[in-house]
Amino acid sequence: MKRWLIAMATFALVAAACTASGGGDTPSAVDTASGASHAPVTLEMWGAWTGRELKQFNTIFDGFTEKYPWITVNSTGGVNDQKILAAISAGDPPDTVLSFTLDSVGQFCATGAWQDLNPYIEQSGFDVSQFPPSVEVYTSYAGSRCAFPFLTDLQGLYYNTDMFEAAGIDGPPQTLSELQEDAKKLTVFNSDGSIKVAGFVPWFGYYEFSTPNLGNLFGAKWYSEDGSTSAVDTDAQWKAMFQWQHDFIADVYGDGDFQTGADKLERFAAGAGDEFSSANDFEVGRTAMNFDGEWRTAFIADEVPDLPYATAPYPVPDDQADTYGRGPVGGTIIGIPKGSPHPDEAWLLLSYMATDTDTLVFMANNVRNVPTTIASLSDPGLDVTPQFKTFLDMFENPASTAYKEPSAIGASDQNILASFATKWQVGKEADLDAGLASAAQQINDQLAQAAI
Amino acid sequence: MAGEIQRRPRKRNVKHGLTVLLFMSPWILGFLLLILYPMLSSLYFSFTKYSLLEQPVWIGLENYTFMFTKDPFFWLAFRNTVWIIAVGVPLRIVFGIFTAWLLTLPRSGGRTYRTLYFLPSMAPPVAAALAFVLIFNPEYGPVNQILRGIGFNDPPLWFYGPNSSKWGLVLLGLWGIGDAMIIFLAGLLDVPRQLYEAAEIEGANGRQKFRFVTLPMLSPVIFFSTVIGVIYGFQLFTQAYAASLAASGSTVTDAAANLGDPQGSMLFYAIYLYQQGFQDFRMGYASAMAWVLFVITMICTVTIIKGSRRWVHYQGGGFR
Repeated sequence: MKRWLIAMATFALVAAACTASGGGDTPSAVDTASGASHAPVTLEMWGAWTGRELKQFNTIFDGFTEKYPWITVNSTGGVNDQKILAAISAGDPPDTVLSFTLDSVGQFCATGAWQDLNPYIEQSGFDVSQFPPSVEVYTSYAGSRCAFPFLTDLQGLYYNTDMFEAAGIDGPPQTLSELQEDAKKLTVFNSDGSIKVAGFVPWFGYYEFSTPNLGNLFGAKWYSEDGSTSAVDTDAQWKAMFQWQHDFIADVYGDGDFQTGADKLERFAAGAGDEFSSANDFEVGRTAMNFDGEWRTAFIADEVPDLPYATAPYPVPDDQADTYGRGPVGGTIIGIPKGSPHPDEAWLLLSYMATDTDTLVFMANNVRNVPTTIASLSDPGLDVTPQFKTFLDMFENPASTAYKEPSAIGASDQNILASFATKWQVGKEADLDAGLASAAQQINDQLAQAAI
Repeated sequence: MAGEIQRRPRKRNVKHGLTVLLFMSPWILGFLLLILYPMLSSLYFSFTKYSLLEQPVWIGLENYTFMFTKDPFFWLAFRNTVWIIAVGVPLRIVFGIFTAWLLTLPRSGGRTYRTLYFLPSMAPPVAAALAFVLIFNPEYGPVNQILRGIGFNDPPLWFYGPNSSKWGLVLLGLWGIGDAMIIFLAGLLDVPRQLYEAAEIEGANGRQKFRFVTLPMLSPVIFFSTVIGVIYGFQLFTQAYAASLAASGSTVTDAAANLGDPQGSMLFYAIYLYQQGFQDFRMGYASAMAWVLFVITMICTVTIIKGSRRWVHYQGGGFR
């Protein structure tokens, strides 16, 4: 019996020791001095990149290994959030992870699925002011900064310069009333009244025209100050946003009648080419102006290099004209998952990826995303076309904000509002106040359930 | 004989039992580990708040209460699913019988026709759904171009319109009718010739022969197709998910993609369950949804089985 007890106790001790050594959440400084002795470590990095972009991404670790010779990185691409979540849940996560999805940041931070980086930041004296302030919002939640940015995206206005010239328009619209005026001039109808070329398509579900992006344009808040309740029925900007869309559709496409315009736009949007292909409406000349991310510049260069186009910041509401130049920010994030086998070395990799100028510039030049440190934005190695520069300027603009505040309910808030928005824009929801109140109630119900 | 069995030595009985158990063990292990354990786990999770990221927390009936009283998407998904079953299953049966009947007509080349009709059902569901979205594209898809050509100036938006998207899925299901058609064909070929001859002697016309001979003889197959169709209908996922994503303009999966585009018309129960569990990380809620689905499916299946006693005819066995 005693032998059994001793064996059991020994097993328990060994098991506890093994568990403690794998994935402790308390950071311990890694001695990075060149003369220090280090056991070789291989970090597993899971990310969402695929294909050509993955090949380019995988080359950035050479510089890291040069800096920390005892650490090598094994990068696996094509991994989405669901796989990362399953690995964390199963207790077998990689050392570091990369995600394209920002909607889960609230849950990742709140649950600790992605470790809070603040202890590492404090211990290493990491300077977070290297990032423009807008990234903090979408990499933190509830006091936990569980992600770092690794390149980012901004949305702006793309416009066809030949069409502008033909319509006698000098430059891009800076306010929403200018946008409406220009869209009217640029829209071409077929003989049967259907839309041949749309000046601008304010239609939820049409490419990047979404409630978070348009809400950001209007400066609308999703939540109350303390984040406890939805603000979609209390922040007047939401109502202004939906009303603006309604009036735009009636004026530009319906000759004053909303339903006529909505019916035409619904049919036009249904015929849109796939967003991430050469059939994209802006690339084929089906729209004269479109909201899109900076990545479109790479698609255009690759698919229709002769397309005459320029970019500009979003036009803003007329009563916010002084904020012109801003835009919604949100992009790729990296973090250390709970249970990471080598969290301290993972921190070295994370801080390297997030701040190494050469790495950021290399990736920005190749995947055509915006680099995420202030230093990299002005690096001479950055390949800056006039169209791409728009987005760099927007990122540096202090008025630019995260495209949306993270929440504890993931994308549910967006789904709820989008559900209302898609009915509103076809005329199925006539009462705007009631619709927004209902959406807010649904979001509050979700929040209440998440808070149990 | 019965006496011999009773006299079988106990040791031999045990050995026989163990042999049976040994042969059954792969299934028993599979059932226990891969079916029963996950089912019981999900039953427990359904009473918890469980995000996969943290330990489950017991919250009693909260998930069920929320589902029935505060979640509009649950009811939307439920209504859409009932619609696709109520419309899709009968149409599949009618079309399956019709197609199978057509295949009984050719005097030569029957095998070739069967292969041709069966081929679509072998197409991968995602590829088939994407192809249908393309073919039924309201602007440049060939279907609407043909419709416009023959005078329909305002053809449906198909997968892009909330009133027509589910019809697109129904057509997709009818296109891949091969699996059901083969079963109906076997049933039709199995109807004894003498029954038709007897009906003809009685003066039955073609319609009466179908009504009073073919249909009763096919009723077990119709019953089987109905049960399977209802169960599959409640689990509809792949085609609807792929078509909804494609119609929303992108094949890129995004947690924030509008649920069941267009306007929620393709949000089916299994899609919403998946979205809750694996995109919003509400595994407790998704488990509760799974159990509600299980109960609903069981009720429907039992109801159909009980009702079948009045209309399903088994050869030699009358109505059971």
